Amino acid sequence: MSSLTKLMISPHIHCGRSTGGIMRDVLIALLPATLAGTLIFGLRALLVVLVCVAACVLFELLFNLITKQAQTVGDLSAAVTGLLLALNLPVNIPIWQCVVGSLFAIVVVKCLFGGIGNNLVNPAITARVFMLVAFGSLAIPAFPVDAVASATPLAAEQMPSLMTLFLGNYGGAIGETSTLALLIGGIYLLVRRVITWHIPVVFIGTVFVFSFFMEGFDAVRALSMVMAGGLVIGAFFMATDYVTSPATPWGKVLFALGAGLFTCLIRYFGNYPEGVSFAILFMNILTPYIGRWTRRKVFGTGGDK
Amino acid sequence: MSKNSNLSVLLNGIIKENPVLVLILGTCPTLATTGTVDGALGMGLAALAVLVCSNVFISLLRNVIPETMRIPCYIVIIAGFVTVVKMIVQAYLPDLYATLGVYLDLITVNCIILGRAEMFAGKNPVIRSALDGVGMGLGFTLSLVVMATIREVFGSGSFAGYEIPFMQEYTIAFLTKAPGGLLVYGLLIALIYVVTKGAFPKKKSFSCEGCPNASNCYTPNCAEKGVEN
Repeated sequence: MSSLTKLMISPHIHCGRSTGGIMRDVLIALLPATLAGTLIFGLRALLVVLVCVAACVLFELLFNLITKQAQTVGDLSAAVTGLLLALNLPVNIPIWQCVVGSLFAIVVVKCLFGGIGNNLVNPAITARVFMLVAFGSLAIPAFPVDAVASATPLAAEQMPSLMTLFLGNYGGAIGETSTLALLIGGIYLLVRRVITWHIPVVFIGTVFVFSFFMEGFDAVRALSMVMAGGLVIGAFFMATDYVTSPATPWGKVLFALGAGLFTCLIRYFGNYPEGVSFAILFMNILTPYIGRWTRRKVFGTGGDK
Repeated sequence: MSKNSNLSVLLNGIIKENPVLVLILGTCPTLATTGTVDGALGMGLAALAVLVCSNVFISLLRNVIPETMRIPCYIVIIAGFVTVVKMIVQAYLPDLYATLGVYLDLITVNCIILGRAEMFAGKNPVIRSALDGVGMGLGFTLSLVVMATIREVFGSGSFAGYEIPFMQEYTIAFLTKAPGGLLVYGLLIALIYVVTKGAFPKKKSFSCEGCPNASNCYTPNCAEKGVEN
């Protein structure tokens, strides 16, 4: 569904990919993180995931039935939204809040704006921000089953060791803690060419460089800042959403740069310990403008004056 | 029912030309006072009273008020009635007075009232202006109460101050805050648009002559170009 295919002149060659196929790849790429979350936080994590996915698919089904539109559940995008939302929630979240969040993601953010391809902002991110503001429950500490840690290490004085951060055995949302599992999924997406390297690399790089300066040129602390919180899942899975990120390479770089910058500004100077979702949401809104600034010149219309 | 009958003037304000949800007027008090059903009802009724009185008065004076000076005249008349309503509320309903606060004074600059004075009362006879005031006021009150009901029941689990036992545990506090108000407001506007099928405002027939973008426009299905080519 890359919009590049629409810009090109003939002959048109169909690469054989469909929205459903791409979404299936994203689901496969998220499996390691889901598995890691279940291992770290226990079976309730799996329950949260199942409720969110089921609710998202059900709401899309119902919305399409009620408004008499073509059924779009088959492209799996609702399932991806539900899975991403669940992975961004703490394990001890009340189940009814998951359902309300899914309703908000699918009906308000996605379907009311015209369904897949027409949503202004990423449904999963927006629902997470909505739930953060609406319930404040995402700030409640969610501990792994066999470890003692704070809600998110970003709020704590003492950071866990790099190895802990890498494997993910510390407090946080279900799917965001295990950097290893997320990297496996991210590399799968890169290899399958579902995403390009621009957004994840620039996003994470910006945060690393900014943190490096803020932490007094301490590379270990800066690396901790990269691996803790929702940065890795955000950079690989949320910021790379086709609909809400720019299509051109330079647009992607700008988008990721902005997202990284705002993440750090919120982390270091804002009221919330974590800023990844706000940063991505903000850049989602700027995406049409970035797309316009970085539009390619049509061949044959003359160069710069 | 003919289009201009007195009854249709009265009913227009309630759904078809609902001031809040269709004409998108008076958004400021709508967002500010719909956190609770009490506040919304009080605000709606206060505005209704002012609207009817000012519509009647402006309609009576419509041949006396000079065209160029009409806005200041309208404002003076409206402000007069607002002061009366405010004093009555302050004397007899002190709780409501405390809830509404500055928004009671701000009825003066509520665009529904000035808008109806400008669009309707300044051009129509007294009876019709009064009916228009009642219809618009009821439409305003109704939309405020509906919005406040949604926000209070789901936001704080109560209705008009009475707690609903089951809902208490499932509140979405976000809805009682300003962004939640905007969210509910947007959803209601969308709902009304669907219900009335976008009948109002009527879609204007659009020609390239009046269009500021005409010189840059390459839209193939633009009405006038389609006919000419």
